[in-house]
Amino acid sequence: MTITEDRAADAATPEIGKARRRKEDQRLITGRTRWTDNIQLPGMLHLAMVRSPFAHATISAIDASEAKGSSGVVAIFTGEDLKDIQGVNITAWPVSAEQKSPDHLPVAVSHVAHAGEIVAVVAARTAAEARDAAELVDVDYDELPAVLDLKKAATDEVLAHPALGTNTSATWQLDSAGQGSGGDVEEAIATAREGGILIEREYRQQRLIPAFMEPRSTVVDPTGEQVTMWSATQVPHVLRFCIAATTGLPESKIRVVAPDVGGGFGGKLQTTPEEFATLAVARKLGKPVKYTETRSETMVSGHHGRDQWQKLTLAAEKDGRVTGLKVELMADLGAYAALVGGGVPVLGAWMFNSIYKFASYQFNVTNYYTNKTWVDAYRGAGRPEATYAIERLMDELAAEVGVDPLEIREKNWITHDEFPFTTVAGMTYDSGNYEAATAKAKELFGYDELRAEQKRRRESNDPVQLGIGVSTFTEMCGLAPSRILGALNYGAGGWESASIRMLATGTVEVITGVSPHGQGHETAWSQIVADRLGVPFENVEVLHGDTQISPKGMDTYGSRSLVVGAEAVVRAADKVIEKAKVVAAHLLEASIDDIEFNAGTFGVKGTDKGISMPEIALAAWTGHNLPDGMEPSIDADATFDPDNFSFPHGTHLCAMEVDTETGATSMRKYVCVDDIGTIINPLIVEGQVHGGLVQGIAQALWEGAEYDEQGTLVTGSFVDYTLPTSADTISFITDHTTSPSTYNTLGTKGVGEAGAIASTPAVVNAIVDAVRQFGVNDILMPCTPERVWKAIAKGRSVPGEGERDAAPHFDEGVPNQDPGAANDGSQA
Amino acid sequence: MIPAQFDYLAPTSVADAVAALAEHGDEAKVLAGGQSLLPILRMRLNAPGVVIDLGRIPELQGISEDGDHLVIGAMTTYAAVLASESVGAHAALLSKAVATVADPQIRHRGTVGGALVHADPAGDVGAPALALGAELVIAGADGSTRTVAAEDFFEDLFTTAVGEGELLTQIRIPKHTGWGAHYEKFVRVSHQWSIVGVAATVRSEGGSIAEARVGLTNMGSTPLRARSVEEALVGQPATDEAVRAAVASVAEGTNPPSDLNGDADYRKHLATVLTRRAVLAAAGA
Repeated sequence: MTITEDRAADAATPEIGKARRRKEDQRLITGRTRWTDNIQLPGMLHLAMVRSPFAHATISAIDASEAKGSSGVVAIFTGEDLKDIQGVNITAWPVSAEQKSPDHLPVAVSHVAHAGEIVAVVAARTAAEARDAAELVDVDYDELPAVLDLKKAATDEVLAHPALGTNTSATWQLDSAGQGSGGDVEEAIATAREGGILIEREYRQQRLIPAFMEPRSTVVDPTGEQVTMWSATQVPHVLRFCIAATTGLPESKIRVVAPDVGGGFGGKLQTTPEEFATLAVARKLGKPVKYTETRSETMVSGHHGRDQWQKLTLAAEKDGRVTGLKVELMADLGAYAALVGGGVPVLGAWMFNSIYKFASYQFNVTNYYTNKTWVDAYRGAGRPEATYAIERLMDELAAEVGVDPLEIREKNWITHDEFPFTTVAGMTYDSGNYEAATAKAKELFGYDELRAEQKRRRESNDPVQLGIGVSTFTEMCGLAPSRILGALNYGAGGWESASIRMLATGTVEVITGVSPHGQGHETAWSQIVADRLGVPFENVEVLHGDTQISPKGMDTYGSRSLVVGAEAVVRAADKVIEKAKVVAAHLLEASIDDIEFNAGTFGVKGTDKGISMPEIALAAWTGHNLPDGMEPSIDADATFDPDNFSFPHGTHLCAMEVDTETGATSMRKYVCVDDIGTIINPLIVEGQVHGGLVQGIAQALWEGAEYDEQGTLVTGSFVDYTLPTSADTISFITDHTTSPSTYNTLGTKGVGEAGAIASTPAVVNAIVDAVRQFGVNDILMPCTPERVWKAIAKGRSVPGEGERDAAPHFDEGVPNQDPGAANDGSQA
Repeated sequence: MIPAQFDYLAPTSVADAVAALAEHGDEAKVLAGGQSLLPILRMRLNAPGVVIDLGRIPELQGISEDGDHLVIGAMTTYAAVLASESVGAHAALLSKAVATVADPQIRHRGTVGGALVHADPAGDVGAPALALGAELVIAGADGSTRTVAAEDFFEDLFTTAVGEGELLTQIRIPKHTGWGAHYEKFVRVSHQWSIVGVAATVRSEGGSIAEARVGLTNMGSTPLRARSVEEALVGQPATDEAVRAAVASVAEGTNPPSDLNGDADYRKHLATVLTRRAVLAAAGA
């Protein structure tokens, strides 16, 4: 076969579904591209931040005189110097009208509430000179007592912000009885306590640190009519809005560019003190300035993720049929309410009930401030926390009933013929088939064989035990219907915008309002548009991330880009086709009703007459021969606001080996079958799933941010914050079932967060399953070998000893599901 | 991250390097691969006025044999040690330990001598050097040299017998030809410093252990040699039961750290399990 034939065959098959290599990878992988830190402007100065070493203090004096004399220094600014123009880092999501939110100034003026907060900014001719001078800035602090522990914060004994009078930010509740979507959870619990099963647990979502590959960087050029900010951000449009809303700069005078951005995972879904400080200094000096953080600065200043205590009560009948679920969360916001920080735990409200048919449900969350780094979205944002809790609980319920964890799930899940299904939380799930995904996963996993091996190892008292963990998860993607966001007090809409420009020479520019930072949108959007408009993949250019080019958008997070953003692209493409049809009818001298569009050509029914899309684009451009009164353009814009979320799901099965002599764990096998609706590019999906899995597995096994008693981040570098590498993971087996979404044209559901949401409970369930026979029913994450070993040791001896290895249980004296068992309320 | 300013010297002979050390004294830091020094400089945990790079001194490079000793130049990289057939044949324990160090990039930059002088108790070459009875050759002023036994080399946390104005030049290792060897490293992620490591090398005779050498990583402020265990192993069959009994007391008298990876008691427990495994693996059991 010749290359030409190959191409011809290639052109005949649809682009959607093709495992195309990503067109952006050449420049992204080689780094020969516009990362923010690569940008050099004439006369540009460099910034270094002076940061508080204390978790909580007032600033009594700042002496910058020595630093000002240091080589290359141009200026040094304190919060006092910048306070009139620096703006404020706002929260877009006050979860209740009563929410207390301390002012978060980019450069602190008098009070610092976490270690790492900026107290002064040095501008110098080189980055090295700025750093040298920053070391010489002498700041006098009066230290204040710091509140670091979430549960201690709830007592208000020590306040993170004395001026607020409390550490409580806000409380929020969803109650199925109250909103009419289900029964009364307290009744279900009372009934279960009498004659059913009650599973009461408290789980910990440890604090995590997003570890995007590219540290954050910002360049500001104030010398044009518009002030231009380049920033390594997921949210250029949101950033522009926030700058305009708080600095006094008119929105029309601000241009924000997210050039190529090296990963985010939610960590760049933020408007940062560094961005605002850089802008303020550039405006003060009238010169371009750049700030690029070090990794150590990322760790203390970039927002963290998760950090919750989850108190959970699951009510069931004796046979394991679930009847009620009550969720009481405490969430640590860190020192400030971040952009969507307070709302992240709230996003879990619709997900704790997951795929199960609970008759009653109640979700409660209280958000607290502490003197630690602020907390906001991290891959999954609200759904991993919920998925972890419910999937751990379902395994505990299975253990209590004495059946296989898959059997207990099957007894309770929504069956495929029940979709669309409105849940007890009030969400309507679009489509799904949990039976099919589970059957496929079991087969790929060799479930029965591994269960048999597990039994053999238990019976032979093998020092290496085997455990199998299940996670049958669902999530909500496609943030978000604007009306729902409005009802939740969110400060913006959830729509997305797109434009398509048909160029005279036959190529196509697609402008999207989403802002990719590694996802491969340029490739996937090109595939979609190539199919829709019948143009070659190579002829489509996808433009994004610059408010001059893509003026409207809500950016990229929450697995929304494909589901909402690409739907806007499809709708714009359909408008182009409609406009082009008018031109085609005119040029072909046919009635518009007789025009058919197929594979890039407009034909006339029953004839062999036709005209191609590029020919029409050229005709529109010249304007020589168009229908009377028609604008000479077939370009189109669309803004799409979804009616609903989409609900991907999947069955993840994990086999873990536990070395009972050391507590070391190692992954034996991991299978996931995800149903994410229609797949545009299987290769991109594979990458998203693998990366997500590792990130979720890392929460289970490796990652955790830890502070000392002074509020210093102990895990302040990758020496102590143990990120895994490929050497620590195995090859995963991934597959799919397909239940297209019914809420968008393409049937897509979103996959950016699925792996990270599903895998964490699968791993912990597997570890607990491996050692349950020793009396263990929980191990704190990350499940370090020490924690696993101590849990086994404790389970084997006297229950109730030790603090570090297992979560404390419920209030003393509360009857558990089996008062006769040797379970005194302490887990493990 | 940007280090504070320093002057950079790159002498091409040991004599020049020692002279530079003498000239700059406390102000100077020696760069011997830089896998620990550069992060320290970049995080501004230290700000020396002068950095003396040993990377351009040919006489510090390479591996040779000198009778019943292997001689490893202090600036020989981990990767070179790993690739050396000589080390594999006569000091297999060192090869096994070096294979576990961090990742390939670091193994191609980091040096054996640099690691020994840095003397991080969680580093992986101290315990095998101890177990193998290595001798460390140290150059001083005016062309003088002295040789220190590994057991006298490690003095405390990050502190060795290499004094002010001196340089480690060679590591001389008595050949352990035909000895079985194993380095049992316990980590949570592969690129991590050892939580605990056990270096064991064993000479077997007729199914029994004739001689054994055991070194411990990160069980105190220096690498440790477990002499009582070595003695208890002599004459024992290489069986799980016998070795278990012989190594049971390996953690006695150790003083391991407590940190996020485990408290001291857990490390002591680990040392016992890992020593058994290392010895059995070294004995080919």
